Amino acid sequence: MPKLSEGYKRADGGLGIRNEVLVIYLVECAHHVARRIVEESGKGNSQLIGFPGCFPNEYALKIMKGLTTHPNTAGALLVSLGCEAFNREELAKTIEASGRPVETLVIQENGGTLETIRRGKEAVARLRETADKTAKAPMNISDLVVGTICGGSDGTSGISANPAVGRCFDELVKQGSACIFEETGELIGCEQIMKERAVTPELGDQIVSSVNKAADYYTVLGYGSFAPGNAEGGLTTLEEKSIGAYSKSGDSPISGLIKPGDIPPTGGLYLMDVIPDGEVRFGFPNISDNAEIVEMIASGAHLILFTTGRGSVVGSAISPVIKVCANPETYAKLSHDMDVNAGRILLGEADIDEVGQEIFDHVDAVASGRPSVSEELGHQEFILTYKSFEPIGPSCLPTR
Amino acid sequence: MSAKSKFILLHPKDNVFVCTTFCKSGEKVSISGNDIILDKDITVGHKVAGSTLAAGEKVFKCGAPIGSMIEAVNCGDHVHMHNLKSDYLASHLRTATGEQDA
Repeated sequence: MPKLSEGYKRADGGLGIRNEVLVIYLVECAHHVARRIVEESGKGNSQLIGFPGCFPNEYALKIMKGLTTHPNTAGALLVSLGCEAFNREELAKTIEASGRPVETLVIQENGGTLETIRRGKEAVARLRETADKTAKAPMNISDLVVGTICGGSDGTSGISANPAVGRCFDELVKQGSACIFEETGELIGCEQIMKERAVTPELGDQIVSSVNKAADYYTVLGYGSFAPGNAEGGLTTLEEKSIGAYSKSGDSPISGLIKPGDIPPTGGLYLMDVIPDGEVRFGFPNISDNAEIVEMIASGAHLILFTTGRGSVVGSAISPVIKVCANPETYAKLSHDMDVNAGRILLGEADIDEVGQEIFDHVDAVASGRPSVSEELGHQEFILTYKSFEPIGPSCLPTR
Repeated sequence: MSAKSKFILLHPKDNVFVCTTFCKSGEKVSISGNDIILDKDITVGHKVAGSTLAAGEKVFKCGAPIGSMIEAVNCGDHVHMHNLKSDYLASHLRTATGEQDA
């Protein structure tokens, strides 16, 4: 069985590749205090995440539960202003039930900014001390959950980086990992092919419904589906455009359809439906790439494979992001922000299988503790906004 | 894969190659072992036929169908809007945008 070195063993059975203490603001009004706690607690001791809204949102609570009980998370400090609607008691209870330490500070009850920062630093020191005592346990490739997204795409994404990630996904799935691809809105036209790849006919029908939902949602938002620039770049049909993004999924059968925060119950390939259910209520499904990354982490992703043509520089809190650059010209300009140069495929210096293997080797190394490039540079982007979802149906998941 | 090839086969199932380096009209390239003289400029991302393709034949890229040929082409011919059409009929899209079903 292929090795990773060792993972951090959590009380709930999870195996993490990182050991993060999270400082979480539960409304924008607590953001400054939480940020100062992180800054004054010293580099590498804690990470900042949060939810800006004052109004309640079940989705945000579910995502926060997923993030705070993620295998890479060792403990959390919740920073509340006091009057916001976020259900901090329920979040704290969930974290506690997972066996992780959690502390809560309410600014209105703790003497305001300065005193809350002071107490917050003490809390982080305690949480870090506990985190550092976390036991290690052997961890295999089959224990990994890996997500993929594309951002800052151009005409090269679909012919170098994306198919190479697909090859890496095939190998990961073969070795027992759970792999997640997403953005049903960019898979319009691929639903019939995905249906044929589904492990059951019922799952196939669910996949088709999820893409139809995405098409309707984007129609309401006024999205154009195929731009003149696409044709200039060599794309002829809508399904061809979608297949560029779709090729990240590789060739494995599709084992399940999940929604943000649902944890894949087994290894295999999973499609994440990121389009909210019901009427269009809160605007665009995901307002930027990090919103998609956060959702995959909330579904257990230990690390993220991010393909980019024009050149994104982002990383993420909680889980490392490995960046795969599709365009050799972009790589020449932004090489210090990239982990893998998939543009070599276009230059004839490597084939798709070779770059797929190189991505796999990066997954292995980063999961074994080596920082990814964005991690090394200190990128810890995070964004969480309003959404609403219905629970997935029973036919969406494989039986364990 | 030839180190100098300017075209790539993305998936073994594919019947089109994708251009990875700009090619000028009149340039001699090798597609599926055939020497082809290009009759037009081909820019990065554009497709050429990997073999003779019949009218109505499904075109595969990345192992997935991207449409059907509306006319026959020879190996090495440019495959694009003029000879390839979408097979995708998204009735929900046409309904949603108020267009008539064909």
